[in-house]
Amino acid sequence: MSGQEIVFTLLGVVAVGSGIMVVTTRRLVHAALWLVLSFGALAGGYVVLTAEFVAWVQVLIYVGAVVVLLLFGIMLTRAPIGDSADLDSGNRWAAAAVAAATAAVLVTVMVMGFRDERMPLRAGGGSAGELGASVFRTWVLPFEVLSVLLLASLVGAIVLSRTGIGPGRGPGSGEGDG
Amino acid sequence: MHLAYPTVVAALLFSVGVYGVLARRNAILVLMSVELMLNAVNLNLVTFDMWFRDRLHGGQVLTLFTIVIAAAEVGLGLAIVLLVYRNREMVDVDRLRSLAESDDAAEAGEVGEVGEVEEAAP
Amino acid sequence: MIWLASLTILLPFLAAFAGMLGGPSLGRLLGSGGPLRNGPALIACAPAAVSLVLSAIVAFVVWQDPGARTGALTVIDTGSVPIRVGLQVDGLSAVVALMVCCVALAVQVYSVAYMDGDRRYSSYAAFVSLFTAAMLLVVFAGDLLVLYVGWEVMGICSYFLIGHHWEERANSRAAVKAFLVTRLGDVGFLIGIIVLGLSARTFEIHGVLTRVWTMPGSTLTIVALLLLAGVAGKSAQFPLHTWLPDAMAGPTPISALIHAATMVAAGIYVVARLYGVFAAAPGAPAVLGVIAVISMVGAALAALAQDDLKRVLAYSTISQLAVMGVALAVGAKSAAIFHLLTHGAFKALLFLAAGCVIATTGSTLLAKHGGLRRGMPITFWSMTVGFAALAGVPPFSGWFSKDSVIEAAQHAAFPTHPTAEASWFAYAPLDNGPAADTGVDRLVRLHGGPVWTYSSTPDLPHWTAWLIYLGLLLTVALTAAYAMRAWLMVFFGEQRGTYEVREPSKIMTWTAAAVAVPAAILGFFGLGAGELRPHLGPALIGVGLLIVGAGAVFLLWNRDPAADPAKALGALRRVFARGFYVDELYAMAIVRPVQALARGVVWFDRRGVDAAVVGSGRGARRLGGLLRIPQNGNAQAYLTGLLAGVAVITALVVIFR
Repeated sequence: MSGQEIVFTLLGVVAVGSGIMVVTTRRLVHAALWLVLSFGALAGGYVVLTAEFVAWVQVLIYVGAVVVLLLFGIMLTRAPIGDSADLDSGNRWAAAAVAAATAAVLVTVMVMGFRDERMPLRAGGGSAGELGASVFRTWVLPFEVLSVLLLASLVGAIVLSRTGIGPGRGPGSGEGDG
Repeated sequence: MHLAYPTVVAALLFSVGVYGVLARRNAILVLMSVELMLNAVNLNLVTFDMWFRDRLHGGQVLTLFTIVIAAAEVGLGLAIVLLVYRNREMVDVDRLRSLAESDDAAEAGEVGEVGEVEEAAP
Repeated sequence: MIWLASLTILLPFLAAFAGMLGGPSLGRLLGSGGPLRNGPALIACAPAAVSLVLSAIVAFVVWQDPGARTGALTVIDTGSVPIRVGLQVDGLSAVVALMVCCVALAVQVYSVAYMDGDRRYSSYAAFVSLFTAAMLLVVFAGDLLVLYVGWEVMGICSYFLIGHHWEERANSRAAVKAFLVTRLGDVGFLIGIIVLGLSARTFEIHGVLTRVWTMPGSTLTIVALLLLAGVAGKSAQFPLHTWLPDAMAGPTPISALIHAATMVAAGIYVVARLYGVFAAAPGAPAVLGVIAVISMVGAALAALAQDDLKRVLAYSTISQLAVMGVALAVGAKSAAIFHLLTHGAFKALLFLAAGCVIATTGSTLLAKHGGLRRGMPITFWSMTVGFAALAGVPPFSGWFSKDSVIEAAQHAAFPTHPTAEASWFAYAPLDNGPAADTGVDRLVRLHGGPVWTYSSTPDLPHWTAWLIYLGLLLTVALTAAYAMRAWLMVFFGEQRGTYEVREPSKIMTWTAAAVAVPAAILGFFGLGAGELRPHLGPALIGVGLLIVGAGAVFLLWNRDPAADPAKALGALRRVFARGFYVDELYAMAIVRPVQALARGVVWFDRRGVDAAVVGSGRGARRLGGLLRIPQNGNAQAYLTGLLAGVAVITALVVIFR
């Protein structure tokens, strides 16, 4: 077991463990915070896998933007700050069974498929330069399409979340709160 | 590095996300669980990119795209959740039962119940 | 010719539809007041009158120039035996049609007064018209299936008319009974027609009769017996006679129509029409004879004890129809048709006059009548003529026809009897030769057609002939007895009810009186034909028995005018009054088991068939309810199931492959 593997294992344990906390904790805000930990650990994992640019993006967008957005959502829905008893729905045990089955199947498949496979890791394989060149040379068209998608989702989110859209109001008269 | 480590972590993370999606009531928690699943997929993408030593870095670029899409998805998802909250004053997924046959429809179905044959007058 | 005949049929038919559709509105259009402004009555009576004129013309033409005329509207090709929709006019049909039209017109006119104020008069008159049209169709039909159409339409018309006052349960039950009982016979009739038509390779009556000789005897016997079932049903012969007394529930003019002109006459008419089949079929005349003797004597005995005037007349109809059946059984077709005509006249008269009595007294019970002679002189004299004709008092019509039947029966019982004339069942065209063709003979003469020239008495066992002869003589005495009893109880003695004795309406009284004329004199037309002429021996026997029967009743009555002469019957009276308990027997042997079976079927249907159907429906519904539980709208539950399925499939495909 190499050092990389040890570090990755530890990070993986943290990621999975905090993930489990996300789905089991009784406090909504704590779940968001545990999510930060999980995403951070995963970012570490990316670094171990030499994908450093992805790691930074992960930290920036997930930890920075998505979790904040989720926290906003929690606040806007007036969720209780403290313990809430009924965060789990009735089919918890069925869900647990399905999740366990999924885990078993996936782990089995992965282990069966990649039992002896090793991957060569070399530094700089995921640097910003290489990825930038790749994105703006090879993948530039999907990149542009993705920007349109982002725009569309932005407009969609605004339209969905603003109140009082109706024939009686003029454009811009609604208060956007997204 | 052994390929099993990241893939197993991704599998476990995905399963945790599955559990969260299936077991959580709060819509925002469900969204978080979806993020967990997406991250598991991202981990796999990065792993296989490294394994294949892809010259075009397709896996990592796709991971970037996924992250962006995930951000957009969270935005839209939260907008939907807010809309639900505004309409119903709650965001419990298992209480959103509009998919079920409503009681009115069920009663309308009862009208066609096979009735007893009238007793014939002798 | 054929056109006249078809017009005769069509006019009442159209009148029926016009009356059904436009009667009430025409009535409103004309307003009220006076019979001439009664819309439905006009629609009913005018076509009947025109039909009478037309049928009189037809009869006159046939009289002038005898012979069968046929005409076909169309030929329906059925693939095997074609059906010719056509008519046939000959002496037999012309004279019967004339009688039918006479009675129908009398009944229509009479009904205008009798049914005055009835809410459903319009439909009543329309059904009478339809009834008449159907009977005329039977009479003029040139094809067995066309005949059957008329036959069936009559059945349904009788149902509607008997049940005219359906508000009372007894009336609608009587209608249903009449319909079912005649239907029972009709089934046999239809099968008989089909077998006959298929074995003759044609449904034409004319053609069937020419090919009778090509058929095997067993087929003929089967056909004749099947047809006899229908005849017994329609003509109310034992064992299917029970509907006729109950049919008295209908209005009295309907009874007149059914008993005199239509329905019951149809049965005898059909036997006469297809006489070749019956005469040639081994055993059929004997069966007909036995049935007729049972009906004749039994019905006469039953008539003797009835409390109800109309039921007396009903049983007398059964008895008199049986007399015709007897005449047919011994081969005297002319006598049978002659008696059919005279019976039509005097029975119509009796019913119409009885209607007057009932309208005055408000009751059909003999016990409520009495002493009507002075208050209702026209009705009294009309009815006296009718009863005299029924009993066979010379020189009224019934005497002539009955005498010719007795003569025929005597001839059959004593084959070497000196008075027997060899020619009296000689078939046309040769029977008397043109020189002898005078008077009604031509009309009454049997088959105008020249097609088959055998001359035969039906094959009748000797004992049957004797039975017929004795039964006939007994019936003559009994007929005189019950006619005398009814006459005495209605018109003589003291008045036994609280009502004002006066003639009802003029229309009713004078219609009855008008019918009394043919009832009185129709017999003299028989003098024109050799075989219908009275003979000394039978005439003496008949008159003697008449005096015995009527005299016995008169003596009994004279002793105590207030009492019913039937009391002398003692314990038997009850048996006779109930019609020998045939109804009860049927109720026990047929109706109750059928009802029990029906209940069983209903039970099985409900517990077995329905339960299976309903059960499967409920089962499906419960299973659906079970399956509905997962479909509760919880998306998480759906997703759980989906992922579980994916996991299982993946496991099966990838891991355990």
